[in-house]
Amino acid sequence: MTATVPAQAALALGDDALVLSHRLGEWAGHAPVLEEEVALANIALDLLGQARLLLSLVGDEDELAYLREERAFRNLQLVEQPNGDFAHTIARQLYFSTYQHLLYGELAAGGGEFAPVAAKAVKEVEYHRDHAEQWTLRLGDGTEESHGRMRRAGEALWRFTGEMFQPVPGLDLDWGELEARWTASVTSILGRATLTVPEGPRTGGWAAGAGRQGLHTEPFGRMLAEMQHLHRSHPGASW
Amino acid sequence: MTGVTATATAAAGTDASYLAVFDAAVAADERIEPRDWMPEEYRSTLVRQMAQHAHSEIIGMQPEANWITRAPSLRRKAILMAKVQDEAGHGLYLYSAAETLGTSRDDLLDKLHSGRQKYSSIFNYPTLTWADVGAIGWLVDGAAITNQVPLCRCSYGPYARAMVRVCKEESFHQRQGYELLLALSRGTPEQHAMAQDAVDRWWWPSLMMFGPPDDESAHSAQSMIWKIKRHSNDELRQRFVDIAVGQAESLGLTLPDPDLRWNEERGHHDFGAIDWTEFWEVLKGNGPCNEQRLTQRRRAHEEGAWVRDAAAAYATKQQGRQEQQERQERQEQQGRSSEPGQPGQQKQHGQHGQHANGEATA
Repeated sequence: MTATVPAQAALALGDDALVLSHRLGEWAGHAPVLEEEVALANIALDLLGQARLLLSLVGDEDELAYLREERAFRNLQLVEQPNGDFAHTIARQLYFSTYQHLLYGELAAGGGEFAPVAAKAVKEVEYHRDHAEQWTLRLGDGTEESHGRMRRAGEALWRFTGEMFQPVPGLDLDWGELEARWTASVTSILGRATLTVPEGPRTGGWAAGAGRQGLHTEPFGRMLAEMQHLHRSHPGASW
Repeated sequence: MTGVTATATAAAGTDASYLAVFDAAVAADERIEPRDWMPEEYRSTLVRQMAQHAHSEIIGMQPEANWITRAPSLRRKAILMAKVQDEAGHGLYLYSAAETLGTSRDDLLDKLHSGRQKYSSIFNYPTLTWADVGAIGWLVDGAAITNQVPLCRCSYGPYARAMVRVCKEESFHQRQGYELLLALSRGTPEQHAMAQDAVDRWWWPSLMMFGPPDDESAHSAQSMIWKIKRHSNDELRQRFVDIAVGQAESLGLTLPDPDLRWNEERGHHDFGAIDWTEFWEVLKGNGPCNEQRLTQRRRAHEEGAWVRDAAAAYATKQQGRQEQQERQERQEQQGRSSEPGQPGQQKQHGQHGQHANGEATA
């Protein structure tokens, strides 16, 4: 199987899951309620599982996770964004899990090299998407404060969403169709949460699509430094 | 309690006769359930112990979560995340079990945050290297299991049942911790040294997890009579030492106690004196991480307040909407079956509408 999988595509999907999983792992012990300690860790674990499967398709999962430099990572800039407050985490989760759900649904149905991985992951992602939707509704249509925070979070992360629909080499998909369905879904959820779709740009500028080419935002390097330091401190060791 | 004793409880008329029924049930190893009569002291002892246990699970997430973002392999990272998630789950079971005694999670958390209730002293020690994650799994979870397995037979039903679930997962965590240390012990010299250093730092605090010596344990005697406890602190500590010695040998690591040796006569290991001054200092709040642990817990709670408020406000709105929808449906049905425009129905609708609005803004 390894030989037939397009490496750039596996890295793109695997890095998305790896990096977002790491960000969610940072919440452990800091969540607003115990139920969210469980839920966020659960989602982080699902994503880590997906990352391990995908990275293993193209090489050694630990070498790929711990020994690549920032410029070699292929994840979306969206998933590397810092957690911020709970609203930022939920907005990031809503944008990404809606995308991942649609993407994996297509890949699972398409019967290509990623179909088996996508078929397994899509069930988990359906749960992630539902979790993000429920919290978007609670925060958007909760109190005045939560509404304001959810609106600001949605706006702050909006400019990272265009990148999701830049075609990934090796994934044979109708990206325009994917974007249309994503926009319809997110618009509907935001509307029910008494929020409006942010007005800022989603494409244009050098940032759009950059993560997939290894151009990342500043917080990412610091995240990798923390993630990789122990592994790099003991070259060749097994854990 | 069984049907027979429940009937007896109902027939009894005085506290003395209730107490006799309770004592008989405990003596017969029957389970006490939330609706059964129980002495006030039994209830408050259980609330204190279960709350402390629940608090330990959630404070205990911190020292391990400290290494989630630095775990050196993806496999280890997944194991550690799953473990910390399990601990949050254990906290949830235990708060639920404590709530059957007429308290609430909010109230217990409030007592934790204000320092009126304790958590296990072990979590006031810092995790300084990756090997500490293994030492916590092997020693701290090992000590916790030794303490908790007898609690699966505790006289209070909800606590005993929670412990059955908790112990299954804890045993799994302990094996994972042992396996982590084994990998380090057999790894590079640096990894081996890291493992030994962690065991050196966690050994004595783990022995302190069994609580003060029997002659200084304030609650032990009554808890044993009530079958909340099944064994004394010193008995359990001895049992733990006897098991750990063999495991340390298989790990290829030493335990930091020059007085540790097999005593043929007792059939147990003798071991050195515990530094009880350190124990009481940590318990009083003067351990290495007491301040840090409570501050982080309080901060998570305070910074999460707006999220909990939002969830509550949303739930109230949803309930109001659902009630309104049900009223409309009823009205439509009534409208179909009787004359339209009845003033009584209009008035009723208005009142309910106000009520729902009032709730939504509360």
